[in-house]
Amino acid sequence: MHETPILRVENLCKQYGTGCQECQDKERNSVEKNYCKSCGTVFAVRDISLDLYRGEILGIVGESGSGKSTMMQCLYFDTDITSGAAYINRPGKENENVFELSSQQKRMIRNHDYGMVYQNPVHGLKMNFSSIGNIAEKLIAAGNRNVSDMEATGKRLLTNVHIPLHRMKEEPEKFSGGMQQRVQIAKALSNNPPILFLDEVTTGLDLSVQANVLDLIKKIQRELQISMIVVSHDLAVIRMLADRTIVMLNGEIIEEGLTDQVLEDPQHAYTQQLVYSLL
Amino acid sequence: MSILEIAGFGKRFTIHHLDKTMPATENIHFSLEAGEFIGIVGKSGSGKSTILKSIYRTYLPDEGKILYDSQRFGLVDLSQVSDRQMLYLRKYEIGYVSQFLNVMPRTTCRQLVTNALLEMGESEITANVETEKTLAHFELDPKLWDSYPNTFSGGEKLRLNIAMATVKKPRLLLLDEPTASLDQQSKVRVREMIEKLKNNGTTLVGIFHDIEFMEGLCDKVFDMKAKKIVLDNKVGVGSES
Ligand SMILES: Nc1ncnc2c1ncn2[C@@H]1O[C@H](COP(=O)(O)OP(=O)(O)OP(=O)(O)O)[C@@H](O)[C@H]1O
Ligand SMILES: Nc1ncnc2c1ncn2[C@@H]1O[C@H](COP(=O)(O)OP(=O)(O)O)[C@@H](O)[C@H]1O
Ligand SMILES: [Mg+2]
Ligand SMILES: [Mg+2]
Ligand SMILES: [Zn+2]
Repeated sequence: MHETPILRVENLCKQYGTGCQECQDKERNSVEKNYCKSCGTVFAVRDISLDLYRGEILGIVGESGSGKSTMMQCLYFDTDITSGAAYINRPGKENENVFELSSQQKRMIRNHDYGMVYQNPVHGLKMNFSSIGNIAEKLIAAGNRNVSDMEATGKRLLTNVHIPLHRMKEEPEKFSGGMQQRVQIAKALSNNPPILFLDEVTTGLDLSVQANVLDLIKKIQRELQISMIVVSHDLAVIRMLADRTIVMLNGEIIEEGLTDQVLEDPQHAYTQQLVYSLL
Repeated sequence: MSILEIAGFGKRFTIHHLDKTMPATENIHFSLEAGEFIGIVGKSGSGKSTILKSIYRTYLPDEGKILYDSQRFGLVDLSQVSDRQMLYLRKYEIGYVSQFLNVMPRTTCRQLVTNALLEMGESEITANVETEKTLAHFELDPKLWDSYPNTFSGGEKLRLNIAMATVKKPRLLLLDEPTASLDQQSKVRVREMIEKLKNNGTTLVGIFHDIEFMEGLCDKVFDMKAKKIVLDNKVGVGSES
């Protein structure tokens, strides 16, 4: 099957700190988990490579601190990377390492190719802006200028995520956590991005609201064929959403496979511990 | 050419925290032609489900070959194909049904079957029509169509499971004890369903603890203990053992 991934990530690394002789030398074992005991450098993301295909949901699981959010922030250009490459399958630009582009070009990618839903809605929304205004802001960034068009799009998106239109002028700070996440999703979808990043979107929501958000994500995948990377430490969420799953530990990928295979026949000791602890 | 050929298949499970590797099954050989129905029999724990799950990649195959003649990819070894290829095959060619229903919560019976079709790229109109046909075909009471299956009886869950798998018209269907825990009447229904699928040309691999019930329908029976085909209706004689 000759299939070109829509997003290809190669050897992505992100470290906080400059490193030292000790941690550069793998033999010396100065790095415990992701932390150099000698110089204090944190190796948050280590040599991550992955492919994301059209219309698929790729799940990322791993314990707290394993580097999931850092990886997403790197991909979305929220933070500088230490090294690595990412390629987006865009006509004529397939071989451009997007990390090497100018900040203006990166902004273009964020505005046209990417959508992001953050673990914490504070990072994705202006909490004291109206909800429809939050969406309009993203639409304007993507080049829209027609006010009535933008309002129509905003209304359609809010309706899709079940935010009642009589509340669209309200600020997200007045909304519940689940509603805030749904506004974030509406905003992230507003520029019709082919690639969507979702970081712990259901964490901290109560179960019925969580089910609601999960239904919404599945519906988006089915109807819009958007490719998504979904980060969660909740295996039930991953089981429900992801076609393929990657397991991270201490910034590295330790296992990947079809989601049901990773859950029912985990190969790595850490994955086994993660899965069995839930049975 | 056979549509499926299992050659020297074996599977071990390594449990790291116990520091143990346990063989689930080994040395499995059988093959079947398009449109045939093979039954697998053997006592509990002999590795029957392990074989089916390894064909479907729910378990990572370990030893041997699982040769499958795919419509899309030609002859492939299912133990070697990429995850993406396996996902394609699951979507369009290979179905799996167990006695357990494992579905998105809070999704209606109708929606589950429709989604299976939409995921294959069917149009909404076709999907809706096909869904009703399939649900009726498998004799699910229309009263149940718009309710959540978590309250369904064992037999209803199973019929929904089979409906979801067969609405996609798989070429190869894997059945893991679909009659376990069913009453006689529901079992008869399952037998009829299998008969219909077979008449439509679906190739079937099924695990049954009461294989007698499938008599006349099974073309071959593979016995886990003897590690061979013990009945071959295509040849017309039951062998020893
Ligand atoms: N700005 C920073 N400066 C230093 N270290 C950081 C910084 N941001 C993250 N880290 C470290 O990087 C590692 C990965 O953090 P990250 O937030 O990516 O984890 P995560 O997998 O998303 O965890 P969680 O499941 O708790 O959200 C952690 O060890 C964290 O302490
Ligand atoms: N996911 C698994 N992890 C570890 N061991 C397993 C797993 N699945 C099956 N086994 C073991 O493999 C052997 C065969 O099991 P199974 O294929 O389920 O048998 P059957 O379906 O014939 O009853 C058993 O010893 C079982 O405990
Ligand atoms: Mg995080
Ligand atoms: Mg079994
Ligand atoms: Zn160091």
